[in-house]
Amino acid sequence: MAMPERNVVEAINNALTEEMERDPRVMLLGLDVGRLGGVFRTTSGLIEKYGASRVVDTPLAEASIIGASLGLAVSGMVPVAEIQFLGFTAQAFHQIGPQLGKYRHRSRGRYHAQVTIRAPFGGGIRSPEFHSDAVEAQFVQSPGIKVVMPSNPYDAKGMLLEAIRDPDPVLFCEPDRLYRLYRMEVPDGDYTVPFGKAVVAREGKDVTLVAWSAAVELCQRAAAKLAEEDIEASIVDLRTLVPLDVETLVNAVAATGRCVIVHEAPLSAGFGAEVAATLAEEAFYDLDAPIARVASWDIPFPPASMEHWYLPSVDRVVEAAKRTAAA
Amino acid sequence: MAASTSTDTNVEVLRRMMLIRAFDSLLPDLYTRGLIRGSSHAAIGQEAVAVGACAALAADDYITSTHRGHGHTIAKGGDVNRMMAELMGREDGYCRGKGGSMHIADFSIGMLGANGIVGGGFGIAAGAALSARLRKSGQVALCFFGDGAINQSSFHGVANLAGIWKLPLILLCEDNRFAMSGRAEQMIAGGDPVKRAQAYGFPGVSVDGMDVLAVRAAVAEARVRALAGDGPTLVVAACYRFQGHFSGDTQSYRSKEEMAPWLERDPIPAFRSRLLAEGGLTEAEADALEEEVATSIAEALEFAQASPWPEAAEAWEDVDG
Repeated sequence: MAMPERNVVEAINNALTEEMERDPRVMLLGLDVGRLGGVFRTTSGLIEKYGASRVVDTPLAEASIIGASLGLAVSGMVPVAEIQFLGFTAQAFHQIGPQLGKYRHRSRGRYHAQVTIRAPFGGGIRSPEFHSDAVEAQFVQSPGIKVVMPSNPYDAKGMLLEAIRDPDPVLFCEPDRLYRLYRMEVPDGDYTVPFGKAVVAREGKDVTLVAWSAAVELCQRAAAKLAEEDIEASIVDLRTLVPLDVETLVNAVAATGRCVIVHEAPLSAGFGAEVAATLAEEAFYDLDAPIARVASWDIPFPPASMEHWYLPSVDRVVEAAKRTAAA
Repeated sequence: MAASTSTDTNVEVLRRMMLIRAFDSLLPDLYTRGLIRGSSHAAIGQEAVAVGACAALAADDYITSTHRGHGHTIAKGGDVNRMMAELMGREDGYCRGKGGSMHIADFSIGMLGANGIVGGGFGIAAGAALSARLRKSGQVALCFFGDGAINQSSFHGVANLAGIWKLPLILLCEDNRFAMSGRAEQMIAGGDPVKRAQAYGFPGVSVDGMDVLAVRAAVAEARVRALAGDGPTLVVAACYRFQGHFSGDTQSYRSKEEMAPWLERDPIPAFRSRLLAEGGLTEAEADALEEEVATSIAEALEFAQASPWPEAAEAWEDVDG
């Protein structure tokens, strides 16, 4: 029998379905997750299957959703909270970094918070600021929170299962631009994708592109275009920012000696800066060219009519890669 | 025009409601034609709340608005040409194309900003109210928000501030029954949201949000209280969102049967009939008003489409001073 193909939405829905079946402690909460099946339909059908006590439609109150998730977790449940867009976590920031992220450390390991926060994010779907903001790096500065950025349907399922089972809080950022872009083989049944394991998504000898989440797909398109000009780019998909797989990153960059980092967040103090600093520390003598970064501009997310221009594009990645390969 | 009930004002009240309806009715078509990009939220069915509330305010009183805010701006006297240009991302838009549908602001009419995040306006309105009192300016601030936002912590923080400081603030809850798919009766503890005012020590007033004059009267009374130094009022206007949360909303969370009685109470034909019955308006005048509104909207479309796109370099302008 052929393996089922799923897009990101279907992969997430499948992961949630299977995990709720496997572990009766797992429950979902968030705005519109129940009756509506989620604003992007990622939780479609789950309230019918598991009932309103395990698929909970909450009031519109992000801080309360996360605060309550912490309480649920420390009292025996395994909550998977949905924040409708990652930018809306601003309303709950105190509950995530300062509260959720610190429980284990503050209690000297006596307690932990097994909470998954799912949040669609990213530009390219013509939603405005707050909805599109790529604020993942803000949470990297909140020790205790794992920051997980799947880039494809297979990883989305495997990393979501890993997240739900992780004893500590995980921010699971879903690339909404890729939600329905394509399907790939995503098996039924149990499998996990471990955190802290980056993957080389494309092999190439001339320049290494480093990305995560939807930017990986962008790099694939850029790499195809570069190949037309006989520049072979490798692509490292970091998969998780916390924990960061330094070894895979360093080896892949050392192999070409040239690195372009691509992300959707604004340039300054984006996670690309951390990647560049890590490479400067760990791979300096392997570099043959300055590290380049392609990111969004250091301005607030613009209205939909201008987002194509604000976000990193194939052309900008190609231009940076050619410049870096030639340096 | 505060507290005026003259026929002229009532005709203007009707005209502004019609203008909001015509403006928001265009959204799906503009989206389909690619003239506006991204989501926007129509306030069709809720025009009486926006216009009734703003009709009770002075020109320099402040309002803060929501993600569903085109109507609030029009009601406060906003220019539909510049609004339309803003929706289309053009240079002549209120924010020169940088704000879009959910972030229109026009301080010249006291409109301190729509807001793309639910509950984003509470603090701004409270600050403006405090400022008005400190400056002894005789202004009030009115915060439009929905039945969803009343569950945000920002509501409770500001309600408490407004209560202890007796701010000249009107908290206007547009209870359109839904926070996207979340039904107000299932999401608001304690039942009627108007009861929340009691906890913070100021009056809560329920009003029929489909009746523009009732809204105007309730807000006028709250304004008198605010200016007398007696503090804030929570006004809960019961209304109904006729369309989906956004243009692509399938609305699986409600039935046609549920919607029917609300649609029958459409505030615009109701007010039009009332003015006709009371002799404040003739059929011919009402028809002329319709035409005037249609012309305004057509002109706004033309204005917006003729407006240039912003230059790319402008993106870096105004990030800081």
